[in-house]
Amino acid sequence: MYTQALNSSDGEDRFVEDATRAAAFQARIDADERIEPNDWMPAAYRKTLTRQISQHAHSEIVGMLPEGNWITRAPSLRRKAALLAKVQDECGHGLYLYAAAETLGSSREELVDAMLSGKSRYSSIFNYPTLTWADIGAIGWLVDGAAIMNQIPLCRCSYGPYARAMIRVCKEESFHQRQGFEIMLTLARGTEEQKAMAQNALDRWWWPVLMMFGPPDQASQHSDTSTKWKIKRFSNDELRQKFVDATVPQAEFLGLTIPDPGMTQDSEGHWRYSEIDWTEFKQVLAGNGPCNRDRLAARRKAHEEGAWVREAAAAYAAKRESRRTAQAAE
Amino acid sequence: MATPNSPLWEVFIRSRNGLAHKHVGSLHAADATLALQAARDIYTRRGEGLSIWVVPSSAITASDPSEKGMMFEPAESKIYRHPTFYDVPEEVGHM
Ligand SMILES: [Fe+2]
Ligand SMILES: [Fe+2]
Repeated sequence: MYTQALNSSDGEDRFVEDATRAAAFQARIDADERIEPNDWMPAAYRKTLTRQISQHAHSEIVGMLPEGNWITRAPSLRRKAALLAKVQDECGHGLYLYAAAETLGSSREELVDAMLSGKSRYSSIFNYPTLTWADIGAIGWLVDGAAIMNQIPLCRCSYGPYARAMIRVCKEESFHQRQGFEIMLTLARGTEEQKAMAQNALDRWWWPVLMMFGPPDQASQHSDTSTKWKIKRFSNDELRQKFVDATVPQAEFLGLTIPDPGMTQDSEGHWRYSEIDWTEFKQVLAGNGPCNRDRLAARRKAHEEGAWVREAAAAYAAKRESRRTAQAAE
Repeated sequence: MATPNSPLWEVFIRSRNGLAHKHVGSLHAADATLALQAARDIYTRRGEGLSIWVVPSSAITASDPSEKGMMFEPAESKIYRHPTFYDVPEEVGHM
């Protein structure tokens, strides 16, 4: 997930290098065949996927920060253990995804450096702060809920390694959403103060979560090729609508109010939400969200402070290797 | 900020006794010991495995998918390798 919002079209790499090969490639896609790393693929397909999968990976990794912020302050051992396990899962998701992206030809180091240097993006949702414990509930319930909506169709994505990574990820996600909902439910059934805290978290996260699905369909130029290549199976607006329809009754159950007084249910049962403030979305993407600078600084610090571990491991492996070759030569 | 590229390992996990090790994904690690530890943390957080193999990706020799036609043709034409090739009267029952 977390990537739909970020794709922008690159006009110049929409060239088709070899008409016959491209036609054969499209025929494979149309026949619902999976594309594997060593198969021929158009350069633009490779580039689109490298960008999407690596941005997805960055999002999982950066996504650990807002929640990691509350591990030491979780209200009970049960909550702490669950949150720790969730954050570990997100790290795992990042690693599955980096591995999938690498099969397209970029090295792990290049991908990570592109994120640290700010060249490659991650989901805008992680640039919002986690101000109270209720935010941890809201993230699990809403952010992971939105991620699941997005990731389930990606399990059938045309690129084999990405689809397989998504299957693993989806299996692990449902606990994330359930633990978040449980936190919200506990707060909503708690004291007036706790309920207000849950409502306040919903108020702050609702609109940014709707933005996670990316720009409205008329405005997203990237969709056509991604749909043709079966990377994307549903449009941004379709997924957003599914999410809203699934979430409204859950909010009702919690006794919380979605911060959209204009919301109405249409004759087909779909919940029609009000206009989304896309200027906020653009601002956050442009680096001006509440936590953009903090998030990148935290990732850079972790990367730099971990450098000696990577160097020591590499030096130790090299020493053992040279000892082994020396022994073999005796 | 650039760090030297670390080796890639393919991870195989035996999920239950009696089943074969199955490829589950890959990871980066400086050596085999670290690769095994990382494989445990990345691929078996919910008791998915009883045994792990890690293999340097560079040690794998793979067939060329663009030559799959030539590679697998010999099997394609040998339909008599399948049980359905043989006629056994229905009266004989399940065989
Ligand atoms: Fe995740
Ligand atoms: Fe998650």
